[in-house]
Amino acid sequence: MATLEIRDLHVSVEADNATKEILKGVDLTVKQGETHAIMGPNGSGKSTLAYSLAGHPKYTITSGTVTLDGEDVLEMSVDERARAGLFLAMQYPVEIPGVSVSNFLRTSATAVRGEAPKLRTWVKEVKETMAQLQMDPAFAERNVNEGFSGGEKKRHEILQLELLKPKIAILDETDSGLDVDALKTVSEGVNRVRETGEVGTLLITHYTRILKYIKPDYVHVFANGRIAASGGAELADQLENEGYEAYTKGGASA
Amino acid sequence: MAEAQISPVGSTTAGSIAVAAESTVATRMSAPPSFDVADFPVPHGREEEWRFTPLERLRGLHDGTAVATGDGVKVVVEAPSGVTVETVGRDDARIGKAGTPVDRVAAQAYSSFQHASVVTVAKEAVLSEPVRITVHGEGGVAYGHQVIELGAFAEAVVVIDHTGDAVLAANVDYVLGDGAKLTVVSVQDWDDTAVHVGQHNALVGRDASFKSIIVTFGGDLVRLHPRVAYAAPGGEAELFGLYFTDKGQHQEHRLLVDHNTPHCKSNAVYKGALQGDGAHAVWIGDVLIQAAAEGTDTYEMNRNLVLTDGARVDSVPNLEIETGEIVGAGHASATGRFDDEQLFYLQSRGIPAEEARRLVVRGFFAELVQQIGLPDVEARLLDKIETELKASV
Repeated sequence: MATLEIRDLHVSVEADNATKEILKGVDLTVKQGETHAIMGPNGSGKSTLAYSLAGHPKYTITSGTVTLDGEDVLEMSVDERARAGLFLAMQYPVEIPGVSVSNFLRTSATAVRGEAPKLRTWVKEVKETMAQLQMDPAFAERNVNEGFSGGEKKRHEILQLELLKPKIAILDETDSGLDVDALKTVSEGVNRVRETGEVGTLLITHYTRILKYIKPDYVHVFANGRIAASGGAELADQLENEGYEAYTKGGASA
Repeated sequence: MAEAQISPVGSTTAGSIAVAAESTVATRMSAPPSFDVADFPVPHGREEEWRFTPLERLRGLHDGTAVATGDGVKVVVEAPSGVTVETVGRDDARIGKAGTPVDRVAAQAYSSFQHASVVTVAKEAVLSEPVRITVHGEGGVAYGHQVIELGAFAEAVVVIDHTGDAVLAANVDYVLGDGAKLTVVSVQDWDDTAVHVGQHNALVGRDASFKSIIVTFGGDLVRLHPRVAYAAPGGEAELFGLYFTDKGQHQEHRLLVDHNTPHCKSNAVYKGALQGDGAHAVWIGDVLIQAAAEGTDTYEMNRNLVLTDGARVDSVPNLEIETGEIVGAGHASATGRFDDEQLFYLQSRGIPAEEARRLVVRGFFAELVQQIGLPDVEARLLDKIETELKASV
C-alpha cells in the first residue's frame, strides 16, 4: 500500500532578500485509500506544503524528510515526483499558450504511465471522463487553461487527476471560487478516484463546504506552519462553528 | 519571353512611391527610396529604420567599406520545365520593377551587384515541382539581385535556401502577372557568423496571389524587408514568417504592405522564439492603406515566445489608414514568456523539462507551420525547430 510520510518538514522562501520560514515541522502520514483534510486560515502555510511536496523551485526544504513508499521524494525532480505517483491539483493553474488540452493530456499520460496510451481507448477514456465532469468536448482543442473560467480550470485539474491515477493526490483549494453546481461536479470527480481505493488524498481547504461532498477520514488544523490539531470529521464541524481563532492566537504567541 | 511580361508595372510602382512619400510610414525613413546608394546618408544608428540594428555588425555593408570579394556566395538554380533561368547584366529591363530600395544597404546592393539572376515562369505554366535556389556563402562579401517573374495565370513555388557563411546584401523582386500564384519560401539557415541584409519586393498583379514564407534560423545578423505592393485590384498577399533567435543573434524583419490599389487583401503572421543571452528579434509591421485603396482587407500579427532570460524583442506594428471605405484592418502584437510557472505545471504532470519546452515551442509554431501548405517544407521546419531546441540550454 502506497504511503506518503512527511517528517518534521521545515520549508523556507526567499522574500525581500530575507529568508522566511513558512513550514515549521510538519508531520503527516497519508496512506492509499485515506482522505485527509488540511484546514487552516490564510497564510498558515497550507499551500506551501502542497507546492513543497510537488517540488516547486520557490520553496527551500531546510530540514525534514518526505518519502513515498520509502523513496526519498525530496531528491526527485518535479517530473520524477509526478511519475512516482504524486499529483497536485493547483489552486491557480497556469496558461500554456499553443499547447492544446488533448496534446497536453496525452503527453502527460504517456510520461506518467511510461508508454503512450493506445489511441482508441485513450480517446474514449478522455471523452467519458470529460462528459462526467460536464466538460464540452470542444475543450480538448483549446489551449491549456487559456481563457478558462475558474470553474473550467478546476474541472481540468480534476480531469487530469482522473486520467493520471496518482497514488497520492494533493488538492490545493480545489473548492475555491466554485459555485455549488461546479463544486458538486468536481467533488464527484474526486470521489470517483477515491472510490477506487487506490489514492491517498490530501484535501487542502479554507472552508468546510467541500467536506459535505468529500468526506474526510481525518481532519488536521494547520496553523503557523505546522499541524496544530488532528481529529476526525467532527473537528471540521467544530471549525465550522468556532473558526480558526483559537489556533491562530496560539500561533501568534508561539 | 515577351508573353511573360506583365502589363504596366513601372507607372504603378512609381505612383505608389509618390503617395507613400507623404505618409508617415515613408517619412519615418531618413531618405526617399532610390536605386542609388549615394542618395542615402551613411546611417549613424539613431534613424528610425536603423535604431534597432547593431551597425557595427553589418561588417561595412552600410558605409561602403564592404567590398565584394568575388567568392562571396555560390548561387545554384534548379528549375523544372516551363521555367527560364538567365544570368543578366545590370541594364536588363526586368530588374527593379517590383520596388525601389528603401535604405542604404538595399541601395548599396542595387548599386554594387554585377549580375542578376532572372527566373521566369511562362504565362499559364503551372509548375509541378518547386524552383529551388540555393545561395551558399563561401566566406566572402557579396552583392546580389534576383528577379522572379510569373506570367499571367502561371503558378509556381520557389524555395530559396541560404546556407554557409557570407556578408551578403541582396534584393529580390517578385513580379506576378494577372491571376498568377506564387509561393516563396526563403530559409535563412546561415552559419552563426553570416550577415544577410535584403529587400524583397513583390508586385502583385490583378487577382494574383502572393504567399511569402520567411524562415530565419541562422546568421549573426539577418535583416530583411519583405514588401508588397499591388499592380491592379483583386490581389492577395500572405506574409508568413518564423524565426528562432539564439544567443547573440540579431534577426530583424521589417514588413511593408502598401495597399495602393482597391480591393486587395493582405495577411501577415510572424512568429518567433528566442533563447539565450543577447538574442534580439525585431519585427516591424507597416501596413499602409492609401486613399485610393477602397475595399482593402488586411490583418497583421506578430507573436514572440521568450524562452530564457537575456533575450530581447522589439515588435512594432503600424497601421496607417487613409480611407474608411475598407473591409477590415487590424493588427496585433504580443510577446510572452515561457516561464518557471509554466515549466513547473508541465513537469508536475510528469513531463520532463526538455520535453515541456519542446511541447510549448512546437505548439507555438504549429499553427503557422500548417499554413505553409508544403508538406516537405513543413517537415523540415519542424525538424529544424527540434534541432534548435536541442542546441539550447
